This record gives sequence, C-alpha cells and structure tokens, in this order.
Amino acid sequence: MGGWAIAVHGGAGIDPSLPLQRQEEACQALLSALHLGISALRSASSAVDVVELVVLESSKGRQKRSSGYWPCNCFRPNCCPCGSNSLDPCLWILWIRFGSVRELELNPLFNSGCGSALTAQGTVEMDASIMDGSTRKCGAVSGLSTVKNPISLARLVMDKSPHAYLAFDGAEAFARQHGAEIVDTSFFIIEENVIRLKQAKEAKSIQFDYRLPSKGWDTCASEAEQMVQMNGVPISLYSPETVGCVVVDALGRCAAATSTGGLINKMCGRIGDSPLIGAGTYACNICAVSATGEGEAIIRATLARDVAALMEFKGISLKEAVDCAIHERLEDGKGGLIAVSNDGHVICGFNTTGMFRALATEDGHMEVGLWD
Amino acid sequence: MCAFVFWEGGYQVRELENDPNFNAGRGSVLTSQGTVEMEACIMDGTTMKCGAVSGLSTVVNAISLARLVMEKTPHIYLAFDGAEAFAREQGVETVDPNHFVTPENIERLEQAKEANRVQIDFTQPAKGDIRKENAEANGGDSQIGTVGCVALDSHGNLASATSTGGLVNKMVGRIGDTPVIGAGTYANSYCAVSATGKGEAIIKATVAREVAALMEYKGLSLKEAAAYVIEEKVAKGNAGLVAVSANGEVTMPFNTTGMFRACATEDGHSEISIWN
Repeated sequence: MGGWAIAVHGGAGIDPSLPLQRQEEACQALLSALHLGISALRSASSAVDVVELVVLESSKGRQKRSSGYWPCNCFRPNCCPCGSNSLDPCLWILWIRFGSVRELELNPLFNSGCGSALTAQGTVEMDASIMDGSTRKCGAVSGLSTVKNPISLARLVMDKSPHAYLAFDGAEAFARQHGAEIVDTSFFIIEENVIRLKQAKEAKSIQFDYRLPSKGWDTCASEAEQMVQMNGVPISLYSPETVGCVVVDALGRCAAATSTGGLINKMCGRIGDSPLIGAGTYACNICAVSATGEGEAIIRATLARDVAALMEFKGISLKEAVDCAIHERLEDGKGGLIAVSNDGHVICGFNTTGMFRALATEDGHMEVGLWD
Repeated sequence: MCAFVFWEGGYQVRELENDPNFNAGRGSVLTSQGTVEMEACIMDGTTMKCGAVSGLSTVVNAISLARLVMEKTPHIYLAFDGAEAFAREQGVETVDPNHFVTPENIERLEQAKEANRVQIDFTQPAKGDIRKENAEANGGDSQIGTVGCVALDSHGNLASATSTGGLVNKMVGRIGDTPVIGAGTYANSYCAVSATGKGEAIIKATVAREVAALMEYKGLSLKEAAAYVIEEKVAKGNAGLVAVSANGEVTMPFNTTGMFRACATEDGHSEISIWN
C-alpha cells in the first residue's frame, strides 16, 4: 500500500440515545481535526509533528470558529446530512457547514484541555503522552492543572528533558521554565462538568466517556438500568473525553499522541492509561496506536503495546492485531483504539458501544463514524 | 541496581525498602532539589490486578501503598499529593521526609551536580567507601539499586513488585519505569518480571511486557525472551531484570556491569551474585 495515513479519535463508549445533532457535531469536529492533519501531511510534516498538532488543536476549548466549509468524501452516510441512504460509498463531494459560532466544550472531540473531567475535589488533572515510532522516543505528563496544552508539554519533555515522564508540580515547574502557555486552572473548568461531577457523586460512580449533555439526562433515564461496570462501580454513559491521533507519514514514520482529563470523579492523583507508554499510547517502526476507554482496563491489557507486539512477534497484519487486542486482550465494553501501520494502513477497533473516530489515507479514502 | 527473586514473594520488598543500603524507601536517592520521591508497583499475574504509586515523600513502605491502591481503590495508579492523601486515609505509616534521606545520598547528589548529570542510582561510590577503587576500575558501577521481587507461589500464581527512589539528581516530578505497568513491572499467567536500570530506556522498550509477549506470542522460553530483551531491545548499560515463569524457571539477565541479585527455588537451588 504505502503513502500516509491518519486517524483521530474522541473517545470510546457512546450513549446510544445521543441526540442526532450532537452526533452530527461530533462528525464535523472529527473531520475538522482530520483535515488539519491531512493538510500537515500534504505539507510533508513528520508524523510526530502531525500527531502533536492534531491533538493540540483538538484539545483547545472555548474557541469561536468562523463559518467554514469542508469537503468530505463520506463513506458513512448515516453520520452526515447528505441524505444518502445507500450503503455504497458516497461519491459526491459533500460540503459540511461548520457552525459559525461554536463553543468547543460542547463538542465531544474537544473536551480534553478545556472541558476536562473533574476530580472528586472538583479540580482538573490532565495527562498526555506522545511517542515517535522512528526513534521510540517518548514524552508524557500527568497531573497538569494550569498548562494550556498538555500534549505540547509532553513533546517538550521528550525533546528538551533527560526524562520521559514528568508529573504534577514538577511538570508544572518544567512548563514554566520552558515558557509553555499557562492559564488559570478555572480556564479548564466548564459548568457542564461541574454538573456532571455532581451527578456522578449522586450516582456514586466514576464516569468515563460520558456522552450525555447535562440537560438531556432525562432522555437517557431508560438506559440507567443498563449501567456499564468499571472497576466494579456502575458508570453511566457519557460523552467522550480523551483525544488521540495516530499517523504514518509519507516516509513511513509512525507516531501516536493521546491527551485526556481522565475520569469524572476520579480520586486526586489518579493516573490512567493516556500518559502510560504501552497502555494508551505506543509507536514503533511498525505501527502507532492510541487507545481510549476505561484507563484501568487498558493498563492491565497493555493495549497499545500489544497491538505492536502481535504484529512484530506473530507476524500478523494491523487489522488482525487490532482485532485480537480488542476482542481477546481487552475486557469487554472497556475501550477502543486507532492504529496505523508503516505501510499506510489505518484502522479503528473498539468493544464499547461506539467510538468517535475519523480516518483518512493518501489515496483519498476518508471516513468518520460513531457506531459499528 | 539490585533485585531479588524469592520463592515466597510478598513481604520481601518491604524489607528491602527499610534497608538504607538500597535505593528504595529509606536510602532512596535524591531529586535535584534534595528531596525524595518514591515510587512502587505491584502486579498479580493471576488476576492481572495491579497497583502503582509515585511521588511519595512520607510513606514508609511505598510497595504496601501500591498494594492498597490495587485492593482498595477503583484505580491502578495514584501519585503525589493524591497518593499521600490516600496513604493517610488508609492509616499507613508515614514519617517526616527527612527519615528517608541518608548522608550517602546527599553526597551522591552533590557528586552528580558537580558532574552535571542524572545517574542510575549512582555511578560513583560515596567518598570514604573502601570499594571506591574497585568501582572506578569497573567503570563506575552502581552499588545500590531499585528493589524488585518476582515470585511463583505453590499454587502457581505469579506476582511482581518493584520499589525505587528513582535516579540521582532527577528532575522533581520525574517518573521512571517502576510504576509503569509493562515497563518496570509486569505479571501475567506466563511470567512475572521486575526490571531496573535507566527508567527512560526501560519505558520506551516496555521491557517487562516484552518478556511476557515474547513468550506468549513467539513461544520463546523465559530465558530466551529475557535475554533477547536485555541484549537487543535496550541499549547496553541501561537495564537488568529478574523474572520467573509459570513452570518455575528463573532468569536474571542484565547489560550493565553488574546487578545485585539472588534467587531460590523450591527444589533447593539458590544463588546470590553481583557480577556476571
């Protein structure tokens, strides 16, 4: 195959009753992030630069976007308002209107950074990691509360420190030393998440990948009985949190990046899979993987590394490795991932109800989806 | 670096944390600010449950706190203030941070700052150490290290535990391989692995998981898998590990000048060594 390929995700585990408008918004946001990456790839940016850029832009919140139109070769007619009910690939260039004024904290894909989930104490602790497959250099950060762009700080750890992982006060100090953009922690706290935290405490649950806007809670009441379990604690169905991107560039170099606010109502100091190399993020010269879902399950499965190990040690394809990792290694209902291989293949796999994702390859294939 | 393999497992790492001769608990090496930030990790190969902690400065036995995270919380990994708060909630033993700081480690930090480097445990012995000449002749051996233990019990359960103070002169907030599941610590139904050395190198090579994955996906034996990882996947001078497999095989390869290690098996075999 060959050529570049890119995938972006906005979390695994979607409420089946998510209002259609929010589904459409999600598609648009995913496509926006995807197009950003495609432009960078067409400008011959390296894989590691592209993943950082896409995750960075996807994490920004409280931004007003001006009207814009994006072309879309949509292979998933159900998610785009193109009106096609055909299952054949949609051959029409579809122009999607990207809302004139849109607060991205309501946009599921942009909820890392601003819109991050709140800890049990109502604070924000953000994690991110990045890995360059061609060198296997990596950088990770945890416990950030004032750094505007966690993924860029992770990149700085990789490029400008002797270490691979910095956390909490030390990471914040490093950010200031290197002139990273610092904001007041209140920048990341949105009212919707304050409400969700309250709901989570009332339900005595820890939420991941919430899909439900706080106002629409009553429309999902019927789903409340079918609570997905996480770590033995019932969780409700929610809107996504974690953002990730994997890329193979024109030279066959792979890279992965993941950024998150973590779980709503998590214990202070709790670290999930996103900053852990081998769990939420991994890249080598064969492939790159970014995972999302219940962090603890992904850690136990060393999910991202396992995809690569299956390819490397069993000699199987990217698709087979992802299928095996998702369906045999990961506990059911607990997550998903996106992955690319060095020969230009790109894939998404998940065992949750839905996963926000968009994929594209150099030969023009593009898709965006939420469901199976 | 230092690691032990025991046939009992369990409390061995706690013992070593309390011994100031090892880079864990009391005797932990110091950050660039002269403080102690300890981390530990434990994994049960049968249930795949795990617990990890980082950034501890007052908890006497980090490994026990890691175990509590595993058993008493819905999470796997707690760090810094959140981990310290959890420790107090659980009533584990905490002391003044100065308890962990030893004169030898203050001196090691000074040496590292003079040389402007971050060290694996340390590469020069403290002044006045009678083994100084030998150590220099050997190119600056580590003389204390991260503590790890892997075990196979009589029911066939595998487990791994690792505890450390990290690198001398590390940046405040730096996390190494020890608490990263799959890097410094891992256990499943095939084997249990505890690694030690330069954390950054072990993280990018996902050392502990790699050994298990080679056994599981490529059918290698424990010895073959561990040797391959140490020789081919991690740059020389950066790592060592101890591992035990489900059928009682034990291996302790390293690509550094030496590694403190010991092992014993039920059939009476035991060894203790430092060098090759």
